[in-house]
Amino acid sequence: MDIHALQQIVHQTRDARRKQTIPKFSPADRDQLIHKYHPDYRASAYRPIRFGPNADDQTVVELAALLEGDSSIPEHIDLTPHYTTDVLVVGGGGAGCAAALHAHATGAKVILATKLRLGDSNSVMAQGGMQISVAPEDSPVTHFLDTLKGGHMQNDHELLKVMVEEGPSIAKWLIELGVLFDRQADGNLHVKKGGGSSKPRLLTCSDYTGLEIMRVLKDEVLNQKIQLLEFCAAVELLSDENGQCTGAIFKDLDNHRHVVVAAKSVILATGGIGRLHIQGFPTSNHYGATGDGLCLSYRMGAKLDHIDTFQYHPSGAVYPEQLIGALVTEGIRSEGGHLVNAKGERFVNELDTRDVVSSSIIRECEEGRGIRTMSGRIGVWLDTPLLDAEHGPGTVEKHFPAMMMQFERFGIDISKDPVLIYPTLHYQNGGVKIDANSETNVKNLFVAGEASGGLHGRNRLMGNSLLDLMVFGKRSGLTAASRALSMPQGKLTVNHLQQFRAEAKKHGNSSGVISPMILPAYTRKEAERTATK
Amino acid sequence: MAQEDSNVIDQPEVLRHKMVSIEISGKKYEVPEGITVIKALWHTGQEVVRGAGCLGGFCGACATYYRTKDDPKVRTCLACQMAVEDGMSFTIMPPFPARKALYDIQSLKDPKQDLFNLYPEAPLCRNCNACTEACPQKIDVREGVWKAVFGDFKSVSEMFMDCVMCGMCTPVCIADIAPNLVALYVSRAQGAHFTEKPLGLDIRIKEIQDGRFNDEWNKVLAMSEQQLADHCATVK
Repeated sequence: MDIHALQQIVHQTRDARRKQTIPKFSPADRDQLIHKYHPDYRASAYRPIRFGPNADDQTVVELAALLEGDSSIPEHIDLTPHYTTDVLVVGGGGAGCAAALHAHATGAKVILATKLRLGDSNSVMAQGGMQISVAPEDSPVTHFLDTLKGGHMQNDHELLKVMVEEGPSIAKWLIELGVLFDRQADGNLHVKKGGGSSKPRLLTCSDYTGLEIMRVLKDEVLNQKIQLLEFCAAVELLSDENGQCTGAIFKDLDNHRHVVVAAKSVILATGGIGRLHIQGFPTSNHYGATGDGLCLSYRMGAKLDHIDTFQYHPSGAVYPEQLIGALVTEGIRSEGGHLVNAKGERFVNELDTRDVVSSSIIRECEEGRGIRTMSGRIGVWLDTPLLDAEHGPGTVEKHFPAMMMQFERFGIDISKDPVLIYPTLHYQNGGVKIDANSETNVKNLFVAGEASGGLHGRNRLMGNSLLDLMVFGKRSGLTAASRALSMPQGKLTVNHLQQFRAEAKKHGNSSGVISPMILPAYTRKEAERTATK
Repeated sequence: MAQEDSNVIDQPEVLRHKMVSIEISGKKYEVPEGITVIKALWHTGQEVVRGAGCLGGFCGACATYYRTKDDPKVRTCLACQMAVEDGMSFTIMPPFPARKALYDIQSLKDPKQDLFNLYPEAPLCRNCNACTEACPQKIDVREGVWKAVFGDFKSVSEMFMDCVMCGMCTPVCIADIAPNLVALYVSRAQGAHFTEKPLGLDIRIKEIQDGRFNDEWNKVLAMSEQQLADHCATVK
């Protein structure tokens, strides 16, 4: 049936639904739902990693193959450095920019390398906001408890305490740099309530929070004249005779040459894994989200944490076809948008945590209460016109200009028509294990942002990612810079590769793929072209 | 699905669509109707390094010029946000060497006057409106440049909240203004110099420094796992 005919039920049931309250699940019901429907519990998608620091730990097959993958770097390669620096930051998103700026501010020499352009990242797309406990009735402790609850009590307490306590000073730093957070009439920061949070705590810049922060940070990196290596993809780390990190090798994607950078410390801020499309899921992630930092650190001996758990954002677009996987911000649900199945019924408290909401959407679809598009995709409705009905005409347009524009391009007015959504692969909950200064178990190797693990437990709370980037970007930058000032540059070797390859051989060789992946293989090959004719 | 050889972007249902003729950088190709411009590049076997970023319409990496069948008007779009149609012709915009002024935002003494030192070309706008027509985000760019020049920084910062810094307003400017960079400066100045300081934030920072939450922290951090779980359950 035509999508417009199918959505009539949403309009017809709107008034009745507005009177309903849907209770949150009890802890037992919630666990049962997640175990039955959340993709993290689909055993066939997982396998143990065969060797390395996380040998025998389970992860998704796509990631396991990359972690066990071989390096593109031969053991005898000329390691004469092209550049020498105190701090080398890999990645140009929020964590990378924050790390570079803070390290630079201490007087250290900083190079920021990124495989795309400065700023091309997931950070730029963050729409929902940044959680910081600034409201008088809120506190860092409440922020801590909400996050812990959302993360299934598995969060690293030390990392989490650091993040929630440093939040307010991060907000101050960003404001001083010119970030325009939404304000209340009295000039104080406006806070919105996010899924899984007990208090309104989201700082926003309409629905462009990530974009606004990244515009400012990118501009600041340029103003501070921090040296950039754009379109340079990290392909291997460098180590000294003690296995400490001493730099990295890049592949310049323009001329395909290797670039060797000697650094006293390296900060990997390489982001997540959405573009691995694990379990075949579409993704909301940017083009370069291929988990490069995980592979690089793993080969060097860094331990990973919680790499069996991923976040499937409840609301990825299912229609139109061009927007598949693109995010429909959680802000819509924060402001009261309902999730509605094919029978016109609500089926979950929309402000429950992301894993619960996603699981319940998958349940509706698997039990036959989903809506199928003409191209065969399935999803449930997100009642966006409800916001105008509830808060007055023009609400959607005023609060969600980015989303309005995104759908308008395809002739859909989301203030009048509901949006069809299904979970989309959004975030890597775990990553490289770090301490409170963002350092891994490999000395002088730091990891910040989505590539790191432990902070978010088994499910990240909405709005905690932007804060994570800023806090641990800062801490890694400051620690790396202060250490660099009091130490000599270590030797440049790829000895860790010899060890990794020897271990791979013991376990029947590497997975046969070369990692990191750098960019997803979307370009169609000749064989496929003829096959489809 | 996402193994190295399978291609998750070209879902079978997309491929069932009818094929249309398009031109990419002057060369003819057949691609399925309705896929995005960026997917059309992949479909025709092109490797994309420059010209793709967030793929969600926020980063401005895929700024593209396009023209539809028999229409002389060259328009702009973001390649990840635009569907192809029969007879369409497009080219990804190469990086444009616009000049960005360097400044220390916090130490500016008179940001509204400093605009003319940093971007002396800003007041030379000749009102041709090409920048506004070039904006894929539908910002009234020309109006924004004038408001910047007249010192209405607040309006500029609001108008340019949608700006993805794709830079398509820049090559069309006959006065060599880079409106997106001017607006970025203006917005940052507005935030750093002309926006009220949030008092509640300073109070919270001081509370943390003064250890106002220490007792609560000590209580929470001393809890056993079970106690902590029970305590979390009481937070509503």
